Amino acid sequence: MKEERGREKPRVTEGMSRQEAFRVKVGLAEMLKGGVIMDVTTAEQARIAEEAGAAAVMALERVPADIRREGGVARMASPRIIREIQEAVSIPVMAKCRIGHFAEAQLLEALEVDFIDESEVLTPADEENHVDKHAFRVPFVCGCRNLGEALRRISEGAAMIRTKGEAGSGNIVEAVRHMRMVQGEIRRLTSMSEDELYAAAKELRAPVDLVKETARLGKLPVPNFAAGGVATPADASLMMQLGAESVFVGSGIFKSADPAARARAIVKAVTHYKDPAAVLEVSFNLGEPMKGLEISSIPKEERLQERGW
Amino acid sequence: MVETRFDPSGPVGVLAVQGDFQAHTAAVEGAGFRPVEIRRPGEFQGLSALVLPGGESTTMLKFLREEGLEGEVLGFCREGGPLLATCAGVILLARRVTGPDQPSLGVLDVDLVRNGYGRQVHSSIHRIRAEEPLGEMEAVFIRAPRITRAGPGVRVLARLGEDPVLLRQGPIVAATFHPELSRENPVHRWFLEQVARVKS
Repeated sequence: MKEERGREKPRVTEGMSRQEAFRVKVGLAEMLKGGVIMDVTTAEQARIAEEAGAAAVMALERVPADIRREGGVARMASPRIIREIQEAVSIPVMAKCRIGHFAEAQLLEALEVDFIDESEVLTPADEENHVDKHAFRVPFVCGCRNLGEALRRISEGAAMIRTKGEAGSGNIVEAVRHMRMVQGEIRRLTSMSEDELYAAAKELRAPVDLVKETARLGKLPVPNFAAGGVATPADASLMMQLGAESVFVGSGIFKSADPAARARAIVKAVTHYKDPAAVLEVSFNLGEPMKGLEISSIPKEERLQERGW
Repeated sequence: MVETRFDPSGPVGVLAVQGDFQAHTAAVEGAGFRPVEIRRPGEFQGLSALVLPGGESTTMLKFLREEGLEGEVLGFCREGGPLLATCAGVILLARRVTGPDQPSLGVLDVDLVRNGYGRQVHSSIHRIRAEEPLGEMEAVFIRAPRITRAGPGVRVLARLGEDPVLLRQGPIVAATFHPELSRENPVHRWFLEQVARVKS
Protein backbone atom coordinates (compact mmCIF):
# COMPACT_ATOMS: atom_id res chain seq x y z
CA MET A 1 0.00 0.00 0.00
CA LYS A 2 1.28 3.42 -0.91
CA GLU A 3 2.04 5.57 2.06
CA GLU A 4 2.58 9.28 1.99
CA ARG A 5 5.24 9.87 4.56
CA GLY A 6 4.94 12.78 6.91
CA ARG A 7 1.61 13.92 5.53
CA GLU A 8 -1.25 13.81 7.85
CA LYS A 9 -4.34 12.37 6.24
CA PRO A 10 -7.04 14.93 5.56
CA ARG A 11 -8.80 16.02 8.70
CA VAL A 12 -11.44 17.75 6.65
CA THR A 13 -13.68 14.72 6.98
CA GLU A 14 -14.02 15.27 10.75
CA GLY A 15 -17.79 15.18 11.00
CA MET A 16 -18.15 16.65 7.52
CA SER A 17 -18.12 15.18 4.03
CA ARG A 18 -15.48 16.45 1.60
CA GLN A 19 -18.20 18.36 -0.18
CA GLU A 20 -19.41 19.99 3.06
CA ALA A 21 -15.85 20.88 4.01
CA PHE A 22 -15.46 22.61 0.64
CA ARG A 23 -18.74 24.51 1.13
CA VAL A 24 -17.52 25.80 4.50
CA LYS A 25 -14.38 27.10 2.79
CA VAL A 26 -16.31 28.79 -0.01
CA GLY A 27 -18.61 30.14 2.72
CA LEU A 28 -15.84 32.34 4.12
CA ALA A 29 -15.02 33.56 0.60
CA GLU A 30 -18.70 34.52 0.27
CA MET A 31 -18.45 36.57 3.46
CA LEU A 32 -15.52 38.53 2.03
CA LYS A 33 -17.45 39.66 -1.05
CA GLY A 34 -17.85 43.37 -1.61
CA GLY A 35 -14.90 43.97 0.69
CA VAL A 36 -11.22 44.79 0.51
CA ILE A 37 -8.39 42.49 1.58
CA MET A 38 -5.26 44.46 2.47
CA ASP A 39 -1.60 43.42 2.61
CA VAL A 40 -0.04 44.28 5.98
CA THR A 41 3.41 43.64 7.42
CA THR A 42 2.97 44.71 11.05
CA ALA A 43 0.32 44.61 13.78
CA GLU A 44 0.11 48.41 13.53
CA GLN A 45 -0.68 48.26 9.79
CA ALA A 46 -3.24 45.53 10.46
CA ARG A 47 -5.02 47.81 12.95
CA ILE A 48 -5.02 50.67 10.43
CA ALA A 49 -6.51 48.31 7.82
CA GLU A 50 -9.22 47.04 10.18
CA GLU A 51 -10.03 50.57 11.31
CA ALA A 52 -10.35 51.58 7.64
CA GLY A 53 -12.95 48.86 7.07
CA ALA A 54 -10.89 46.04 5.52
CA ALA A 55 -12.83 42.76 5.32
CA ALA A 56 -9.58 40.83 5.91
CA VAL A 57 -5.83 41.33 6.01
CA MET A 58 -3.00 39.42 4.33
CA ALA A 59 -0.09 39.00 6.75
CA LEU A 60 3.24 39.39 4.97
CA GLU A 61 6.89 39.97 5.77
CA ARG A 62 7.33 42.30 2.79
CA VAL A 63 4.78 43.77 0.41
CA PRO A 64 5.21 42.70 -3.23
CA ALA A 65 6.78 46.02 -4.26
CA ASP A 66 9.60 45.41 -1.75
CA ILE A 67 9.93 41.74 -2.70
CA ARG A 68 10.39 42.89 -6.28
CA ARG A 69 12.91 45.59 -5.33
CA GLU A 70 14.97 43.56 -2.87
CA GLY A 71 14.98 40.26 -4.77
CA GLY A 72 16.17 37.01 -3.15
CA VAL A 73 13.95 34.10 -2.22
CA ALA A 74 10.54 35.18 -0.91
CA ARG A 75 9.09 32.71 1.60
CA MET A 76 6.14 32.38 3.96
CA ALA A 77 6.14 35.19 6.54
CA SER A 78 7.68 34.44 9.90
CA PRO A 79 5.14 32.88 12.28
CA ARG A 80 5.87 35.64 14.80
CA ILE A 81 4.62 38.35 12.43
CA ILE A 82 1.54 36.35 11.54
CA ARG A 83 0.70 35.70 15.18
CA GLU A 84 1.18 39.36 16.13
CA ILE A 85 -1.22 40.34 13.37
CA GLN A 86 -3.74 37.68 14.45
CA GLU A 87 -3.62 39.09 17.96
CA ALA A 88 -4.03 42.67 16.74
CA VAL A 89 -7.26 42.30 14.74
CA SER A 90 -10.56 40.45 14.82
CA ILE A 91 -11.14 40.29 11.05
CA PRO A 92 -9.92 37.22 9.11
CA VAL A 93 -6.15 36.94 8.70
CA MET A 94 -4.73 35.42 5.54
CA ALA A 95 -1.13 34.47 4.80
CA LYS A 96 0.80 33.36 1.74
CA CYS A 97 2.66 30.11 1.14
CA ARG A 98 4.94 29.34 -1.79
CA ILE A 99 3.40 27.51 -4.74
CA GLY A 100 3.60 23.76 -4.02
CA HIS A 101 5.04 24.24 -0.51
CA PHE A 102 2.53 22.13 1.38
CA ALA A 103 4.66 22.16 4.53
CA GLU A 104 4.45 25.95 4.74
CA ALA A 105 0.70 25.52 4.24
CA GLN A 106 0.61 23.01 7.11
CA LEU A 107 2.34 25.53 9.37
CA LEU A 108 -0.13 28.22 8.38
CA GLU A 109 -3.00 25.85 9.10
CA ALA A 110 -1.48 25.03 12.51
CA LEU A 111 -1.29 28.79 13.15
CA GLU A 112 -5.01 28.86 12.30
CA VAL A 113 -4.81 31.55 9.66
CA ASP A 114 -8.26 31.93 8.09
CA PHE A 115 -7.20 31.69 4.43
CA ILE A 116 -3.98 30.64 2.67
CA ASP A 117 -2.90 32.35 -0.53
CA GLU A 118 -0.79 29.90 -2.54
CA SER A 119 0.90 32.79 -4.20
CA GLU A 120 3.07 33.54 -7.21
CA VAL A 121 4.33 36.56 -5.29
CA LEU A 122 6.55 34.19 -3.29
CA THR A 123 9.29 32.13 -4.91
CA PRO A 124 7.75 28.83 -6.10
CA ALA A 125 8.81 25.68 -4.23
CA ASP A 126 7.56 23.23 -6.86
CA GLU A 127 7.65 23.92 -10.56
CA GLU A 128 5.11 21.22 -11.47
CA ASN A 129 2.66 20.71 -8.63
CA HIS A 130 0.48 23.02 -6.65
CA VAL A 131 -0.62 22.15 -3.12
CA ASP A 132 -3.41 19.54 -2.81
CA LYS A 133 -5.76 21.99 -1.17
CA HIS A 134 -8.52 19.45 -0.51
CA ALA A 135 -6.23 17.94 2.13
CA PHE A 136 -6.58 21.05 4.31
CA ARG A 137 -9.30 22.36 6.53
CA VAL A 138 -8.24 25.96 5.97
CA PRO A 139 -9.44 27.45 2.65
CA PHE A 140 -7.07 28.51 -0.13
CA VAL A 141 -7.10 31.32 -2.67
CA CYS A 142 -5.01 31.07 -5.84
CA GLY A 143 -4.15 33.44 -8.66
CA CYS A 144 -4.96 32.95 -12.32
CA ARG A 145 -4.45 34.63 -15.67
CA ASN A 146 -7.09 32.71 -17.57
CA LEU A 147 -10.01 30.32 -17.11
CA GLY A 148 -8.00 27.11 -17.50
CA GLU A 149 -5.65 28.14 -14.72
CA ALA A 150 -8.60 29.13 -12.49
CA LEU A 151 -10.36 25.79 -13.00
CA ARG A 152 -7.17 23.79 -12.40
CA ARG A 153 -6.74 25.57 -9.06
CA ILE A 154 -10.38 24.95 -8.15
CA SER A 155 -10.02 21.27 -8.98
CA GLU A 156 -7.06 21.19 -6.57
CA GLY A 157 -9.35 22.62 -3.91
CA ALA A 158 -9.06 26.42 -4.12
CA ALA A 159 -12.14 28.04 -2.55
CA MET A 160 -11.48 31.45 -4.05
CA ILE A 161 -9.82 32.66 -7.24
CA ARG A 162 -8.16 35.99 -7.84
CA THR A 163 -6.55 37.50 -10.87
CA LYS A 164 -2.77 37.50 -10.68
CA GLY A 165 -2.33 40.91 -12.21
CA GLU A 166 1.27 41.99 -11.74
CA ALA A 167 1.80 42.23 -7.99
CA GLY A 168 3.84 45.14 -6.67
CA SER A 169 3.63 47.03 -9.96
CA GLY A 170 0.93 49.52 -8.97
CA ASN A 171 -0.21 49.07 -12.57
CA ILE A 172 -3.72 47.74 -13.15
CA VAL A 173 -3.20 46.69 -16.77
CA GLU A 174 -2.37 43.04 -16.06
CA ALA A 175 -5.27 42.54 -13.63
CA VAL A 176 -7.59 43.94 -16.28
CA ARG A 177 -6.13 41.61 -18.89
CA HIS A 178 -6.60 38.58 -16.63
CA MET A 179 -10.13 39.49 -15.53
CA ARG A 180 -11.23 40.17 -19.12
CA MET A 181 -9.64 36.91 -20.23
CA VAL A 182 -11.46 34.86 -17.57
CA GLN A 183 -14.82 36.57 -18.15
CA GLY A 184 -14.49 36.33 -21.94
CA GLU A 185 -13.67 32.63 -21.78
CA ILE A 186 -16.65 32.03 -19.48
CA ARG A 187 -18.96 33.87 -21.91
CA ARG A 188 -17.64 31.67 -24.71
CA LEU A 189 -18.40 28.52 -22.68
CA THR A 190 -21.98 29.61 -22.02
CA SER A 191 -22.69 29.68 -25.76
CA MET A 192 -21.38 26.15 -26.37
CA SER A 193 -23.39 23.00 -26.78
CA GLU A 194 -22.82 20.12 -24.35
CA ASP A 195 -20.61 18.17 -26.76
CA GLU A 196 -18.43 21.19 -27.47
CA LEU A 197 -17.66 21.52 -23.75
CA TYR A 198 -15.55 18.33 -23.87
CA ALA A 199 -13.25 19.83 -26.48
CA ALA A 200 -13.23 23.11 -24.52
CA ALA A 201 -12.13 21.24 -21.39
CA LYS A 202 -9.31 19.67 -23.32
CA GLU A 203 -8.25 23.03 -24.69
CA LEU A 204 -8.49 24.69 -21.25
CA ARG A 205 -6.63 21.75 -19.66
CA ALA A 206 -9.33 21.68 -16.98
CA PRO A 207 -11.64 18.95 -15.63
CA VAL A 208 -14.77 18.64 -17.76
CA ASP A 209 -17.09 18.63 -14.72
CA LEU A 210 -15.85 22.08 -13.69
CA VAL A 211 -16.05 23.32 -17.27
CA LYS A 212 -19.68 22.19 -17.47
CA GLU A 213 -20.51 23.74 -14.11
CA THR A 214 -18.92 27.04 -15.14
CA ALA A 215 -20.88 27.01 -18.41
CA ARG A 216 -24.12 26.35 -16.52
CA LEU A 217 -23.50 29.05 -13.89
CA GLY A 218 -22.08 31.62 -16.31
CA LYS A 219 -19.46 32.35 -13.65
CA LEU A 220 -16.71 30.59 -11.75
CA PRO A 221 -18.01 28.05 -9.21
CA VAL A 222 -16.15 29.94 -6.44
CA PRO A 223 -15.88 33.69 -5.73
CA ASN A 224 -13.65 35.58 -8.16
CA PHE A 225 -11.66 38.48 -6.73
CA ALA A 226 -9.23 40.96 -8.27
CA ALA A 227 -5.59 41.38 -7.27
CA GLY A 228 -2.30 42.68 -8.59
CA GLY A 229 -1.90 46.39 -9.28
CA VAL A 230 -4.84 48.09 -7.53
CA ALA A 231 -3.64 51.53 -6.38
CA THR A 232 -6.61 53.91 -6.49
CA PRO A 233 -10.36 53.93 -5.74
CA ALA A 234 -10.95 54.11 -9.50
CA ASP A 235 -8.80 50.98 -10.00
CA ALA A 236 -10.99 49.16 -7.47
CA SER A 237 -14.17 50.36 -9.17
CA LEU A 238 -12.81 49.30 -12.56
CA MET A 239 -12.12 45.75 -11.38
CA MET A 240 -15.53 45.46 -9.71
CA GLN A 241 -17.25 46.66 -12.88
CA LEU A 242 -15.30 44.08 -14.88
CA GLY A 243 -16.78 41.35 -12.69
CA ALA A 244 -14.56 41.05 -9.61
CA GLU A 245 -16.53 40.28 -6.46
CA SER A 246 -13.97 41.82 -4.11
CA VAL A 247 -10.52 43.38 -4.27
CA PHE A 248 -7.09 42.59 -2.85
CA VAL A 249 -4.82 45.60 -2.39
CA GLY A 250 -1.17 44.77 -1.88
CA SER A 251 1.48 47.44 -2.06
CA GLY A 252 -1.11 50.03 -3.14
CA ILE A 253 -2.03 51.09 0.39
CA PHE A 254 1.07 51.01 2.54
CA LYS A 255 3.32 52.22 -0.30
CA SER A 256 1.17 55.34 -0.71
CA ALA A 257 1.58 58.69 1.05
CA ASP A 258 -1.46 58.37 3.33
CA PRO A 259 -2.30 54.67 3.87
CA ALA A 260 -5.25 55.18 6.26
CA ALA A 261 -7.04 57.62 3.96
CA ARG A 262 -6.36 55.52 0.87
CA ALA A 263 -7.51 52.34 2.61
CA ARG A 264 -10.80 54.00 3.66
CA ALA A 265 -11.32 55.37 0.16
CA ILE A 266 -10.80 52.00 -1.54
CA VAL A 267 -13.20 50.32 0.90
CA LYS A 268 -15.89 52.88 0.03
CA ALA A 269 -15.14 52.61 -3.69
CA VAL A 270 -15.69 48.84 -3.66
CA THR A 271 -19.13 49.14 -2.04
CA HIS A 272 -20.23 52.02 -4.26
CA TYR A 273 -18.36 50.90 -7.38
CA LYS A 274 -21.36 51.44 -9.64
CA ASP A 275 -21.77 55.05 -8.47
CA PRO A 276 -19.11 57.34 -10.05
CA ALA A 277 -20.16 60.29 -7.84
CA ALA A 278 -19.46 58.20 -4.73
CA VAL A 279 -16.09 56.98 -6.06
CA LEU A 280 -15.23 60.58 -6.93
CA GLU A 281 -16.21 61.77 -3.48
CA VAL A 282 -13.67 59.46 -1.82
CA SER A 283 -10.94 60.23 -4.36
CA PHE A 284 -10.08 63.68 -2.97
CA ASN A 285 -7.15 64.40 -0.62
CA LEU A 286 -5.57 60.96 -0.69
CA GLY A 287 -1.98 62.13 -1.18
CA GLU A 288 0.31 60.47 -3.68
CA PRO A 289 -0.51 56.92 -4.78
CA MET A 290 2.34 54.40 -5.08
CA LYS A 291 4.54 55.27 -8.02
CA GLY A 292 4.07 52.13 -10.04
CA LEU A 293 5.91 50.43 -12.88
CA GLU A 294 5.41 50.25 -16.62
CA ILE A 295 4.97 46.51 -17.30
CA SER A 296 7.29 46.55 -20.32
CA SER A 297 10.05 47.80 -17.99
CA ILE A 298 9.84 44.52 -16.04
CA PRO A 299 11.85 41.76 -17.75
CA LYS A 300 9.62 38.77 -18.55
CA GLU A 301 11.59 36.48 -16.22
CA GLU A 302 10.91 38.89 -13.36
CA ARG A 303 7.16 39.02 -13.91
CA LEU A 304 5.48 37.33 -10.99
CA GLN A 305 2.43 36.36 -13.04
CA GLU A 306 4.54 33.89 -15.06
CA ARG A 307 4.79 31.67 -11.97
CA GLY A 308 2.24 28.87 -11.48
CA TRP A 309 1.09 26.27 -13.95
CA MET B 1 -45.88 63.51 2.67
CA VAL B 2 -43.28 61.58 4.59
CA GLU B 3 -42.86 58.10 3.25
CA THR B 4 -42.43 55.43 5.87
CA ARG B 5 -39.56 53.02 5.81
CA PHE B 6 -41.79 50.04 6.53
CA ASP B 7 -44.49 49.00 4.06
CA PRO B 8 -45.70 45.35 3.97
CA SER B 9 -46.35 45.52 0.23
CA GLY B 10 -42.86 46.78 -0.66
CA PRO B 11 -39.74 44.89 -1.72
CA VAL B 12 -37.42 43.12 0.73
CA GLY B 13 -34.34 45.23 1.42
CA VAL B 14 -30.98 43.50 1.68
CA LEU B 15 -28.16 45.57 3.19
CA ALA B 16 -25.47 45.39 0.50
CA VAL B 17 -22.48 47.31 1.84
CA GLN B 18 -20.35 44.16 2.24
CA GLY B 19 -20.73 40.40 2.70
CA ASP B 20 -22.86 37.62 1.23
CA PHE B 21 -25.79 39.87 0.30
CA GLN B 22 -26.13 38.20 -3.11
CA ALA B 23 -26.77 34.86 -1.43
CA HIS B 24 -29.56 36.59 0.51
CA THR B 25 -31.14 38.22 -2.54
CA ALA B 26 -31.10 34.78 -4.20
CA ALA B 27 -32.74 33.23 -1.10
CA VAL B 28 -35.41 35.97 -1.03
CA GLU B 29 -36.11 35.36 -4.72
CA GLY B 30 -36.11 31.62 -4.12
CA ALA B 31 -38.84 32.11 -1.50
CA GLY B 32 -40.91 33.95 -4.10
CA PHE B 33 -40.31 37.55 -2.99
CA ARG B 34 -38.73 40.64 -4.53
CA PRO B 35 -35.34 41.71 -3.11
CA VAL B 36 -33.68 45.11 -3.44
CA GLU B 37 -30.08 45.94 -2.53
CA ILE B 38 -29.66 48.77 -0.02
CA ARG B 39 -26.48 50.84 0.18
CA ARG B 40 -27.69 54.38 0.87
CA PRO B 41 -29.86 56.04 3.55
CA GLY B 42 -32.32 57.19 0.86
CA GLU B 43 -33.05 53.60 -0.14
CA PHE B 44 -34.87 52.61 3.05
CA GLN B 45 -38.32 53.81 2.00
CA GLY B 46 -41.20 51.39 1.69
CA LEU B 47 -39.46 48.11 2.53
CA SER B 48 -41.54 45.13 3.63
CA ALA B 49 -38.59 43.61 5.50
CA LEU B 50 -34.88 44.16 5.93
CA VAL B 51 -32.10 41.56 5.77
CA LEU B 52 -28.71 42.11 7.44
CA PRO B 53 -26.36 39.61 5.79
CA GLY B 54 -23.23 37.78 6.86
CA GLY B 55 -19.85 39.37 6.26
CA GLU B 56 -17.45 41.32 8.41
CA SER B 57 -19.29 43.15 11.17
CA THR B 58 -16.45 45.66 11.63
CA THR B 59 -16.70 46.65 7.95
CA MET B 60 -20.50 46.89 8.03
CA LEU B 61 -20.49 48.83 11.30
CA LYS B 62 -18.20 51.39 9.69
CA PHE B 63 -20.68 51.97 6.87
CA LEU B 64 -23.64 52.07 9.28
CA ARG B 65 -22.00 54.77 11.35
CA GLU B 66 -20.30 56.87 8.67
CA GLU B 67 -22.96 56.84 5.99
CA GLY B 68 -26.09 57.44 8.04
CA LEU B 69 -27.42 53.89 7.73
CA GLU B 70 -27.49 53.28 11.48
CA GLY B 71 -30.36 55.73 12.03
CA GLU B 72 -32.28 54.18 9.13
CA VAL B 73 -32.00 50.65 10.52
CA LEU B 74 -33.03 51.88 13.98
CA GLY B 75 -35.91 53.86 12.44
CA PHE B 76 -37.06 50.77 10.54
CA CYS B 77 -37.05 48.83 13.84
CA ARG B 78 -39.03 51.58 15.61
CA GLU B 79 -41.70 51.39 12.93
CA GLY B 80 -42.00 47.67 13.69
CA GLY B 81 -40.26 46.64 10.49
CA PRO B 82 -39.34 42.94 10.33
CA LEU B 83 -35.63 42.17 10.34
CA LEU B 84 -33.73 39.00 9.43
CA ALA B 85 -30.09 39.01 10.56
CA THR B 86 -27.51 36.30 9.97
CA CYS B 87 -24.07 35.98 11.59
CA ALA B 88 -22.45 39.45 11.26
CA GLY B 89 -25.97 40.91 11.04
CA VAL B 90 -26.72 39.51 14.50
CA ILE B 91 -23.52 41.10 15.82
CA LEU B 92 -24.73 44.48 14.54
CA LEU B 93 -28.08 44.15 16.34
CA ALA B 94 -26.92 42.66 19.67
CA ARG B 95 -27.11 44.41 23.03
CA ARG B 96 -23.52 43.64 23.99
CA VAL B 97 -20.62 42.44 21.79
CA THR B 98 -17.30 41.12 23.11
CA GLY B 99 -14.27 39.31 21.70
CA PRO B 100 -13.21 42.11 21.24
CA ASP B 101 -15.67 44.73 22.50
CA GLN B 102 -17.49 46.45 19.68
CA PRO B 103 -20.34 48.97 19.51
CA SER B 104 -23.71 47.67 18.28
CA LEU B 105 -27.27 48.86 17.71
CA GLY B 106 -28.59 47.11 20.83
CA VAL B 107 -32.06 46.34 19.49
CA LEU B 108 -31.79 42.57 19.99
CA ASP B 109 -31.58 41.60 23.66
CA VAL B 110 -28.67 39.16 23.44
CA ASP B 111 -25.01 39.24 24.43
CA LEU B 112 -22.54 37.50 22.19
CA VAL B 113 -18.87 36.78 21.63
CA ARG B 114 -17.49 37.34 18.14
CA ASN B 115 -15.82 34.31 16.54
CA GLY B 116 -17.08 32.46 19.59
CA TYR B 117 -16.29 29.04 18.12
CA GLY B 118 -12.80 29.98 16.91
CA ARG B 119 -11.17 30.87 13.60
CA GLN B 120 -12.09 29.53 10.16
CA VAL B 121 -10.59 26.05 10.72
CA HIS B 122 -13.35 25.57 13.32
CA SER B 123 -16.15 26.60 10.95
CA SER B 124 -18.52 23.72 10.22
CA ILE B 125 -21.86 22.42 9.01
CA HIS B 126 -24.37 20.85 11.42
CA ARG B 127 -27.91 19.49 11.36
CA ILE B 128 -30.04 21.33 13.87
CA ARG B 129 -33.67 20.95 14.89
CA ALA B 130 -35.69 24.13 15.21
CA GLU B 131 -39.15 24.67 16.65
CA GLU B 132 -42.08 23.87 14.38
CA PRO B 133 -42.95 24.78 11.73
CA LEU B 134 -39.25 25.07 10.84
CA GLY B 135 -38.12 21.57 11.85
CA GLU B 136 -34.78 20.03 11.01
CA MET B 137 -32.37 22.00 8.86
CA GLU B 138 -28.75 22.31 7.79
CA ALA B 139 -26.83 25.09 9.53
CA VAL B 140 -23.59 26.47 8.05
CA PHE B 141 -21.44 28.19 10.67
CA ILE B 142 -18.63 30.47 9.41
CA ARG B 143 -16.53 32.11 12.14
CA ALA B 144 -19.82 32.37 13.95
CA PRO B 145 -20.62 34.49 16.99
CA ARG B 146 -21.61 32.61 20.15
CA ILE B 147 -24.63 33.86 22.06
CA THR B 148 -23.94 33.90 25.79
CA ARG B 149 -27.18 35.49 27.00
CA ALA B 150 -30.65 35.82 25.54
CA GLY B 151 -33.06 38.18 27.34
CA PRO B 152 -36.55 37.20 28.55
CA GLY B 153 -38.23 38.69 25.47
CA VAL B 154 -36.16 36.53 23.13
CA ARG B 155 -37.48 33.14 22.07
CA VAL B 156 -34.82 30.54 21.28
CA LEU B 157 -35.97 28.55 18.24
CA ALA B 158 -32.93 26.32 17.85
CA ARG B 159 -29.74 25.47 19.67
CA LEU B 160 -26.40 23.91 18.82
CA GLY B 161 -25.56 22.01 21.98
CA GLU B 162 -26.39 24.55 24.68
CA ASP B 163 -25.94 27.66 22.54
CA PRO B 164 -28.92 29.50 21.02
CA VAL B 165 -28.35 29.75 17.25
CA LEU B 166 -31.78 30.77 15.93
CA LEU B 167 -33.86 33.33 17.83
CA ARG B 168 -36.89 35.52 17.53
CA GLN B 169 -37.71 38.75 19.32
CA GLY B 170 -41.01 40.04 17.95
CA PRO B 171 -40.41 40.99 14.29
CA ILE B 172 -36.65 40.31 14.54
CA VAL B 173 -35.28 36.89 13.54
CA ALA B 174 -31.60 36.19 14.14
CA ALA B 175 -29.44 33.24 13.07
CA THR B 176 -25.79 32.91 14.05
CA PHE B 177 -25.44 30.53 11.08
CA HIS B 178 -26.08 31.14 7.36
CA PRO B 179 -29.46 29.87 6.08
CA GLU B 180 -28.65 31.73 2.84
CA LEU B 181 -25.82 29.27 2.14
CA SER B 182 -27.99 26.15 2.29
CA ARG B 183 -29.90 25.13 -0.80
CA GLU B 184 -32.97 24.03 1.09
CA ASN B 185 -33.36 26.05 4.21
CA PRO B 186 -36.80 27.10 5.46
CA VAL B 187 -35.72 30.25 7.38
CA HIS B 188 -36.17 32.88 4.61
CA ARG B 189 -39.57 31.63 3.48
CA TRP B 190 -40.80 31.27 7.07
CA PHE B 191 -39.51 34.73 8.00
CA LEU B 192 -41.05 36.45 4.96
CA GLU B 193 -44.38 34.59 5.04
CA GLN B 194 -45.01 34.02 8.75
CA VAL B 195 -43.04 36.70 10.60
CA ALA B 196 -42.92 39.62 8.15
CA ARG B 197 -46.17 38.69 6.34
CA VAL B 198 -44.90 40.35 3.20
CA LYS B 199 -47.73 41.13 0.80
CA SER B 200 -46.29 40.82 -2.68
